[in-house]
Amino acid sequence: MKPIRIHVAKPGWFSTVQDLGRYGYQQYGVPVAGAMDHYATIIANRLVGNRDNAAVLELTLKGPELDFEGDAHIAITGADLSPTIGGKSVPLWEGIEVSSGSRLCFGTAQRGARSYLAISGGIDVPLILGSRSTHCASETGGFKGRPLRRGDLLHTEQLRQSTEVSMGKRLPDQLIPCYEKSVRIRFIPGPQHNLFPATALTTLTNTSYTVTPESNRMGYRLTGPRIVRKGSEHFISDGTATGALQIPADGQPILLMADRQTTGGYPKIGCVITADLPLTAQLAPGDTITFSLTTLAKAQTTLLEQRALLDVALPQRRNFHKD
Amino acid sequence: MPRSNPLRRTRRISKESFRLVPLGDSAVTVEFGDEIDPLINARVVTFANTVVDQRWKGILDVVATYRSVTIHFDALRWKSSTLATRLKKLPRPSSTGISSGGSLHSIPVLYGGEWGPDLTDLATFAGLTPTETILLHTSIRYRVYMLGFSPGFPYLGLVPERLAMPRLSTPRTKVPAGSVGIADRQTGIYPSSTPGGWRLIGRTPIPLYRKTDSNPFLLKPGELVQFHSIDRATFDRLAGEYERAND
Repeated sequence: MKPIRIHVAKPGWFSTVQDLGRYGYQQYGVPVAGAMDHYATIIANRLVGNRDNAAVLELTLKGPELDFEGDAHIAITGADLSPTIGGKSVPLWEGIEVSSGSRLCFGTAQRGARSYLAISGGIDVPLILGSRSTHCASETGGFKGRPLRRGDLLHTEQLRQSTEVSMGKRLPDQLIPCYEKSVRIRFIPGPQHNLFPATALTTLTNTSYTVTPESNRMGYRLTGPRIVRKGSEHFISDGTATGALQIPADGQPILLMADRQTTGGYPKIGCVITADLPLTAQLAPGDTITFSLTTLAKAQTTLLEQRALLDVALPQRRNFHKD
Repeated sequence: MPRSNPLRRTRRISKESFRLVPLGDSAVTVEFGDEIDPLINARVVTFANTVVDQRWKGILDVVATYRSVTIHFDALRWKSSTLATRLKKLPRPSSTGISSGGSLHSIPVLYGGEWGPDLTDLATFAGLTPTETILLHTSIRYRVYMLGFSPGFPYLGLVPERLAMPRLSTPRTKVPAGSVGIADRQTGIYPSSTPGGWRLIGRTPIPLYRKTDSNPFLLKPGELVQFHSIDRATFDRLAGEYERAND
């Protein structure tokens, strides 16, 4: 496919360019950022013949309206934001062709919170510190370090291989996640779980926590039964991870997500397993989480199984040049 | 005879060892101690460098903090337990034979006025004049304990007790880039304009983070920083020079 241009007619509520994250600079305090839902991102890219790490658009809760200048292959995955072209509904989890002059319109989220739009070739924005991801708080990467605005013009990269092999492909139904308003999310005990009484883990797992409106790509502020520490000794900031459950002084957990700071001063009682981060990424304010405890070994197995199934259904394209 | 209480949980880690704790299934934290201490931090920095030097595939980031190293890995390539075993086999940095720090950066600061709006409050807190406060702040070679909060933000210490003023109770929504602040026994520099609650005492014209540079960050953990006071004319001249260099 030739590179094409995409005009942003309406930007949507919060639409950013993301890849799988900016690694290699956390020791300098640079947040990883990247797509919140890696699973949906990788699938969208594979459906259009892109490498897994190609830049996609992450569309949040209310999607944009985009005018295509040039024929393209696209795939939309993740949340259902009711995409249409010319009034006709566009299927999700499937590689489709879009002809030049089409307007792709998204509505509001029916299920899930974040939709991913991959375009053959990938969105062409400069590589900043090795990544095309947008980190809005530090105005780093993506399209001018910010969410899309009306009138922005996006370009795609030249796809280095024909997309023939992947076109018309659809993800098998059994691999399509089901987004619910209440989800069960697995976690393992965090590095500071012993700063909390044994009952804290029980509290965390016995009731559900609600995602509050003060939640964003940096983290979800949750509300539910308070988690109280044993003592009050000062905790010295250390490294954080995506999925870490921090407990600040008010006892209401903060679940760290893609744009998290690299270090943090709140103790981490638990960490959501990587295999469950995609489901977590699809939560909207008002949705609820029931946490369940698992083990490190199970967390690892679950992730490997999840990826093995995907690799069978939709293999990763090989022999791409490294950027 | 010192009294020992068998019920008191000992969290202290012996001088030559470390403790590995999983940080989820894609990261592990190696803890070297429970306090802010230059010797502990020196071991942290040495160990972080050792891990990086292994050039293991699938290691995504090695983050040195005050007292621990967090290693982020690709969980599709590494089992947490395998990585733990490999980490335990690496040479253990000891607190002896470690030099006092890395290279020394001399950082010019225009103190007070609109550049350091909290300098007079800090002086009052310390029971000093603003001039004495500046003298005390510039008298120390600070260690870069870690970088965090925002890209390139250095946590420097330790600030003399007398200047250890706590954070503002309500953080500012916008702190100008280059601002030098104090929070308890830490001092730091805001590389870019962000919200922030540290007491601002001055501003440096030197950029700490240049996105498009091949070497974007001025400071690394383990390095040393000493501030020196400059006047308005020098600030403007240096700011102009860095702006031109960045064009």
